[in-house]
Amino acid sequence: MIDFELSPEEEATLNKAHEDAEKLYRPIARYYDEHEHESPDEFIDSMWAKRGEGGLFGLGVAAALRIEETCWGDAGLMLVAPGMGLGGAAVMATGTPDQHNRFLTRFNEGNPKWGAMAMTESGCGSDTAAIQATAVQDGDEWVLNGEKIFVTWGQRAVEREGIVVVWASVDKSAGRAGMKSFVVECGTPGMKMEKLEDKLGIKASDTATVVFEDCRIPYENILGSPEVRKIDKTQTAGFKKAMATFDATRPIVAAMALGVGRAALDFVKDTFEKEGIEIRYGLPRNKLTSLECDVMEMEANYKAAKMLMMRAVWMMSQLLPNSIESSMAKAKAGLAVTKITQKAVELMGPLGYSRKYLVEKWMRDAKINDIFEGTGQINMLVVARRVLDYHREQLK
Amino acid sequence: MISFTPSEEQQMIVNTIKQFATDEMREVYRECEESGEIPDDIVNTAWELGLIATGIPEELGGLGGEQSAVTGSLIAEELAWGDLAIAMKILCPALVAFPIMETGTEEQKKKYLPAFCDDKYKAATAALIEPRFNFDPLALSTTAKLDGSDYVLNGEKCYVPMAAEADLLLVYAAENGSNQGFIIEKGAPGLEIGEREKNMGIKALPTYELTFKDCRVPKENRLGGETGCDYNRILNRSRVALSAMAIGVARASFEYARDYAKDRNAFGEPIASRQAVSFMIAENAIEVDATRLMTWEAAWKLDRKEDATKEASLVKMYADDMVLMVTDRGVQILGGHGYIREHPVELWLRNGRGFTTFNGMAIV
Repeated sequence: MIDFELSPEEEATLNKAHEDAEKLYRPIARYYDEHEHESPDEFIDSMWAKRGEGGLFGLGVAAALRIEETCWGDAGLMLVAPGMGLGGAAVMATGTPDQHNRFLTRFNEGNPKWGAMAMTESGCGSDTAAIQATAVQDGDEWVLNGEKIFVTWGQRAVEREGIVVVWASVDKSAGRAGMKSFVVECGTPGMKMEKLEDKLGIKASDTATVVFEDCRIPYENILGSPEVRKIDKTQTAGFKKAMATFDATRPIVAAMALGVGRAALDFVKDTFEKEGIEIRYGLPRNKLTSLECDVMEMEANYKAAKMLMMRAVWMMSQLLPNSIESSMAKAKAGLAVTKITQKAVELMGPLGYSRKYLVEKWMRDAKINDIFEGTGQINMLVVARRVLDYHREQLK
Repeated sequence: MISFTPSEEQQMIVNTIKQFATDEMREVYRECEESGEIPDDIVNTAWELGLIATGIPEELGGLGGEQSAVTGSLIAEELAWGDLAIAMKILCPALVAFPIMETGTEEQKKKYLPAFCDDKYKAATAALIEPRFNFDPLALSTTAKLDGSDYVLNGEKCYVPMAAEADLLLVYAAENGSNQGFIIEKGAPGLEIGEREKNMGIKALPTYELTFKDCRVPKENRLGGETGCDYNRILNRSRVALSAMAIGVARASFEYARDYAKDRNAFGEPIASRQAVSFMIAENAIEVDATRLMTWEAAWKLDRKEDATKEASLVKMYADDMVLMVTDRGVQILGGHGYIREHPVELWLRNGRGFTTFNGMAIV
């Protein structure tokens, strides 16, 4: 049965998330945008204390909608709040029950912790099969070497507490088939946070370069099978695992994007309302003002992206394959909020461009959603291949 | 509980209509477009599916089922995928039947609904659009004035499908600033049915211009009697239906161009292997899906009897843009071949362009 109704409990958690966004995120949003690299410790502690109220990487639509609410509050701070993060999501998606137990239970005890994912390198972004980092087996250990950049939560996961999931090749001659992921625990010798990036937006979030130098980890820290199968270039298990993680994380990024987009949209609509400008739904286009057309277009695009996001998350919650739907949601949401927030700056004129308000910040924050977890273009490529039933050799 | 899966019953209906669209509609649609005629047998076969009678109560001869806008959008999409003109003809009687089912008085229901449960197609239609560039469904120029026991209608309408054949006509007119519907029977004095219109697309569907010159309608034929009708809701139901149809047309073109692009070689490989082409196809897929989900949400709101003005008008606007983009790309991807009437994509572009004009020409 096609249904869009949330249960009363879900509604309640959503309202709570919105209230938190308003009270805990918004008031400090500007400060941490202007004080990059300063750590909002009080905020982190209070978020850690609240972690029982619904983890950020729950599986259902309601959880995704809560993420949207949180990012409506502030997307940078959302990425500072401690939790399993992308690293935890990868362990969750591809780890064994024993690995869940070893690496994930910590996210519910002790001090604040972060789960980072280290995939990108200076020489490769979306082309993750070109990863240069290596993992070599030495007895009952793996020895990791390499440099990872743009690691979200990188500083906190490495220098405070948490885990880092690292992608490295166990056999470079095997290409994608040799690509595996490994869990490195905070404090492991040989893992070092080397550099913190200065960014366009989501400045509260720590984006770091993490270096691995003869970093030794237990053999059991490999996620998935250590076996390298060079049978079919298109059927590579290790690589597929990485992609399976994306199926789970891309709709989440879409939800994050939507939060930022809606923040800008709400600001625009509230401003108009205060000025007595009504958005007249149901009128033909020839009767609408240019402002009304702009707002409606922003709203419709927001809604289109939101529906795609909800469908992708819902499919995940039903354990249905959702690769194409995830990429559709991510591609649409990333682009939609990029445009929505840019339009909002334009529509708000001097208010939009001023740092006195948050609109210009939202435009800067929104942009990352069209980039991380795969750019809009790489997601279009994923969608195109699926729609055409082409593998990568047929559509590059 | 959030869900994106149609019910088993809905899925059965969709499958049946898909089959009908593939086996029947797709066999004849080009011929219909060129000749301007839709054979009776295809319309009667569709009629036997009971798409309109389903929601009519059993005591009036119907099937006594639920009249759902979500189910209606699923049906409208599949039929429009088959062919828009034929789909509009098949669903045209609903333009009268559905509003009477929802807001008609008991007398109106008893008098008019049984005919929609007959074995054969019952031509009936509604007149909303008026012939001017800045037509606004919220500011109708056609007027209705109460005079004794009659309403007197004056004004002009256009794009009235099946008007010449219809036994029943639902006309929307402004009555002291309030938009209301009036049920007119065939041959009412003062109603002039003009020449069949010549349109850019949907050529198989006969549409007409109507003129009302002091056309008298008995007072009791005001839709919903003294209470009147919920005109906004009718508009929203129409927006949802047309959005669903836009998705059907877009999907037809998207699929055709996708298959063509895989088949057509240039420089030693299929043109679909180039991102310039494949990204258009990918975006088509994304936008068709997004519009469908938005349509479902608006339909779902309608089924809950909530005000869906915002959702329905946003999705209609979005669908209007989407179908034009996708059908234009259909022609573009086929290149010169797309411009030739041997391929259907030019037909879909002409039909796709119509959605900004089509108002109130379908309903769920």
